[in-house]
Amino acid sequence: MEDTYTIMRVFAGSWGMMFMLLSFLGVILFTLRPGSRQVHRDTANIPFRYDDRPLGDDDAPAQSRQFKEARQ
Amino acid sequence: MLDYVKLLILGLVAVCAAIAANYARDAAYLVHALLIMGAAAITFVVVLRKTGEPKVPAPANEYMDGPVKAAAIATAFWGVVGFLAGVYIAFQLAFPVLNFDWAQGYLNFGRLRPLHTSAVIFAFGGNALLAASFYIVQRTSAARMWGGNLAWFVFWGYQLFIAMAATGYLLGSTQGQEYAEPEWLTDLWLTIVWVAFLLMYMGTLMKRKEPHIYVANWFLLSFIVTVAMLHVVNNLQIPVSIFGSASVTVMSGVQNAMTQWWYGHNAVGFFLTAGFLGMMYYFIPKQAERPVYSYKLSIIHFWALIFLYIWAGPHHLHYTALPDWASTLGMVFSVVLWMPSWGGMINGLMTLSGAWDKLRTDPVLRMMVTSVAFYGMSTFEGPMMSIRAVNSLSHYTDWTIGHVHSGALGWNGMITFGMLYYLFPKLWGRASLYSVRAVSWHYWLATIGIVLYAASMWVTGIMEGLMWREVDAQGFLVNSFADTVAAKFPMYVVRGLGGVMFLGGALIMCWNLWMTVKKGEVRKDAPVAAPAE
Repeated sequence: MEDTYTIMRVFAGSWGMMFMLLSFLGVILFTLRPGSRQVHRDTANIPFRYDDRPLGDDDAPAQSRQFKEARQ
Repeated sequence: MLDYVKLLILGLVAVCAAIAANYARDAAYLVHALLIMGAAAITFVVVLRKTGEPKVPAPANEYMDGPVKAAAIATAFWGVVGFLAGVYIAFQLAFPVLNFDWAQGYLNFGRLRPLHTSAVIFAFGGNALLAASFYIVQRTSAARMWGGNLAWFVFWGYQLFIAMAATGYLLGSTQGQEYAEPEWLTDLWLTIVWVAFLLMYMGTLMKRKEPHIYVANWFLLSFIVTVAMLHVVNNLQIPVSIFGSASVTVMSGVQNAMTQWWYGHNAVGFFLTAGFLGMMYYFIPKQAERPVYSYKLSIIHFWALIFLYIWAGPHHLHYTALPDWASTLGMVFSVVLWMPSWGGMINGLMTLSGAWDKLRTDPVLRMMVTSVAFYGMSTFEGPMMSIRAVNSLSHYTDWTIGHVHSGALGWNGMITFGMLYYLFPKLWGRASLYSVRAVSWHYWLATIGIVLYAASMWVTGIMEGLMWREVDAQGFLVNSFADTVAAKFPMYVVRGLGGVMFLGGALIMCWNLWMTVKKGEVRKDAPVAAPAE
């Protein structure tokens, strides 16, 4: 009969570690997925919208491609 | 109705605090009970004056900038207080006579040192993070702050925490864990404030109008969540009496040490790094007027930092009772951490690609870029110092102090100054800063001050490390501890002068920000003056 420490230690060093590693790699691969470029470009421009006022419930969203040309 | 419930609770808190003050077993607890009583009484009067008045609904088409302004002012104020305390204790080390006899037990180095570290990290840095979080989460969500006056509770609650921590240090109430010195009563209060902070932040994110969550929010949210976890676990203490500030830690020995440095290093990692990276990813693009260089890289920076930082703590415990495998683990993760740190630094710097000319004309942007450069330098120095062989030379010497300050003054300080220079004209509707020349003066004073600080600490730290390990032909140690103290004197004076320059720059900043608000030209396109919140 093994003690709790050993059980936890073995689990952390095997399945726990694999889980962490695979989730990390999964996140990186998801970030680099094809087609993410447009989403990321749009998201990167969020700071340049709604600087003075929040978007009201009835307002139309600002032109989301507004600053697309900023980087040439 | 809700107002009556609030009044009831505040009245009860004030009365209980008064009773606790009466039964207090030590001076620190007495002062804390009186502080709580005072805060509850003031809040009681504020709520009472509003009770029964017609409710004015919060303007949904405006951002809630009141708490941002308050936190920005508090950042500048606590910055000066913290830097002043730092300069004073630096000169106490060089000239021990400054530990005045009449102030023994209150203003000697041992009491003022935690006051300095907490004032700059938690009061200056913490308020800067509050201002940044309040400001960024609203702008990037295109939504007004969630929770009504919850943001005000977070702001004032945090100031009460600072007041309790600061008075506790001077009166000698400490649980003896670095950066986690405040005793159980102060810890519990911070936990309540922090939960409110988390709710406010999450609530605003949930009602956002933008489909995506901007990366700065990821960093800021990870800072809030992780600090909550670190704070609760490292402060597992059992009070000796509910009427006294002393407590006993639940963990003991090496477990306690490991938990402390898991906390301590991640306070650096998530408070001083992740939170301030949130600032970097918002304010550098805003000041440079270009989006971040690579958004993909910023996401990878985030996840790599999160996955790696949490393991790096054991490098503070090389050559101790901690098992070798644990300290090796900490060392390896610290070295790997170099990669995401430099990825983030490159991302911040390259945001200026195509706009480098702005550095010539805009000292605010120069400040922000310098801070990113210091981020790069300290995240290179840190992994190097975590290697066991290097650590055997650097540990317990002033090299560590130099490393901490190149990060804290260079990275955290400079990015915060940049943020304040951006926020003040923006929040008070001014066309520009009162004096751009004064920003340049601040920039050079701060930069040269940091260089003097870091360089003198490298010299004295390495000298100290070499003197401690020097043995003669018979194998006896050559130097006594007092020999190293005597040899360090010139470097201590230089370090103090560097601190004076940094403090001088901060004072110039305060004057400049004050004049910007008082005398600055009103911005033409500024939104119509918002009603007082």
